[in-house]
Amino acid sequence: MSKDKITRTPLWLLASALCAAALLSSVFVFITVCAADGIIMGGSGLFTSLWAPEAKSFGIMPMIAATAALSLSSLALGWLVSLGCICFIHGFGGKHISAFLSLLLRVMTAVPTVVYGFASVFLLVPVIRDALGGSGFSWFTATLVLALLITPTMTLAMQGAVSQINDRYALTSASLGLSRGENLIYVVLPAARDSLRGAALLGFGRAAGDTMIPTMLAGNAVRYPASPLDAIRTLTAHIGLVLSSDVGGTAYYSLFAAGGMLLVMSLAANLLFRFACRGISGRSE
Amino acid sequence: MKSRTIIFRILSYIGAAYVIFSCCALAAFIISNGLPTLKSELFFADTPPLDAIFGLRPVWDGIWPAMAGTLCLVVLTMLMATVPAIGCGIYLARFAHGRIKSMLSLAIDMIAGVPSIVMGLFGFVLILLLRRTVAPDATTCIAVAALCLAILVLPAITVTTRSSIESLPEVLELTGASLGFSENQILRHLLLPAAARGIFGGIILGAGRAAEDTAVIMLTGVVVNSGLPAGLAGKFEALPFLIYYTAAQYMDESELMRGFGASLVLLILSALLAGAAGICRKSMERRWKGLK
Repeated sequence: MSKDKITRTPLWLLASALCAAALLSSVFVFITVCAADGIIMGGSGLFTSLWAPEAKSFGIMPMIAATAALSLSSLALGWLVSLGCICFIHGFGGKHISAFLSLLLRVMTAVPTVVYGFASVFLLVPVIRDALGGSGFSWFTATLVLALLITPTMTLAMQGAVSQINDRYALTSASLGLSRGENLIYVVLPAARDSLRGAALLGFGRAAGDTMIPTMLAGNAVRYPASPLDAIRTLTAHIGLVLSSDVGGTAYYSLFAAGGMLLVMSLAANLLFRFACRGISGRSE
Repeated sequence: MKSRTIIFRILSYIGAAYVIFSCCALAAFIISNGLPTLKSELFFADTPPLDAIFGLRPVWDGIWPAMAGTLCLVVLTMLMATVPAIGCGIYLARFAHGRIKSMLSLAIDMIAGVPSIVMGLFGFVLILLLRRTVAPDATTCIAVAALCLAILVLPAITVTTRSSIESLPEVLELTGASLGFSENQILRHLLLPAAARGIFGGIILGAGRAAEDTAVIMLTGVVVNSGLPAGLAGKFEALPFLIYYTAAQYMDESELMRGFGASLVLLILSALLAGAAGICRKSMERRWKGLK
């Protein structure tokens, strides 16, 4: 039966599936090989704290720390905001304003990242500069905007599970005398715990992989993040800045290593997300 | 017991206020600054519009070359991505099974989450490889940028194609089979026309992603001043990069205003694309709702 089916598959479908598979695997293979090459050729010099191309020192540890710091901080803020939005839509908000909020969240997914960056450079950065001092281009500024950027992704990921569970239990809880808000907090959210975690993983992947917001707003100074008002440079911004300004030669090895690291990070987040989802679907069956 | 409700209530107000306030502030800021610049001068500066559109005379201070570059890039990307992506989606929905199916869909999920800068890095490495092997004078160009963008948008189109075919009611397939259609006839004459709107929505969604992405083209050949794209191996301008460049190093007020105009144009463009994709998806959902 199964063999029979394969022979009947139209050729162009097989060809395009093969083509897609080849393209996808070539990306993985290229980046992995280059990263391995970069790590071997760059040696232990890669994992030092000093980035000074003139002195042949290509340490990327500060960038790794900055990526971790920025994505975790914006994830923390963005996750709370998304949870707040979910609570607002399903429990505490008025009808019209909730509808407006969920429409807004869907529109936000279509807004180009570079437009967020552009508007923030001229709107948010002066505010931060006047209120808190410094240049305004800082870890804190980038966190605020990046959190806004990943909120729609996470909210929409939570939304699916939450509204499904809500539909199932709303009537029962109402008959038990729970208000809409109490139903949400004591019944729906605990039941949707896995999808809330999964949304955090998705958001982490997006936050760590975003290039334009850190490049435009975080200041791009190579150093360890110590205070929220420090200028920092993430791995993604580092790749973009170095390659578009063409340092050349041995500096590339460190970029390949950085690219490999980003790839591994996104794959890990994605795989964990899959496991989280599998947990959800397994339980509901 | 009571305090938990209060905490969540406060959290929900703060979250909603954060999103609504920042979005309205950003939108109002872009629109109020960009709207006055939306004139033919923004696009063509002092070149006559028709001459500029057909590339007879170069445009120096307008955003038309960047728009044309983005347009060419999106068209080229879609030419490369559409057929393999749709084919792959149909294959996954109808023909693949067992390990091949699970591995292919895993790979597509994985690539959907890869940061776009990594895709740009892939294009860059590709050029380095070409330089060392067959073509010593290869350089970053619009074709490489489109290839990388095609890989970036491929998962989105594949997933929408697959899900719109899988969401069709089973009745359709059973009816076809009972009328004596073969499997391929069912696919071509019943399922594909029925799922066409969903697939079309996926293509538009992909086009929107290709139009807005900045990180990929930054590493694969976008430049600030090149005029209209000159062939597949040429450098090109693009709207998102123009916006990024303006934010980083604008010289005077008029360049800044041009940046606002470009942001507004890009915002409108992606909003239109996303809206069209949404309408396609909605109309397909509505059409088959009763039959599930």
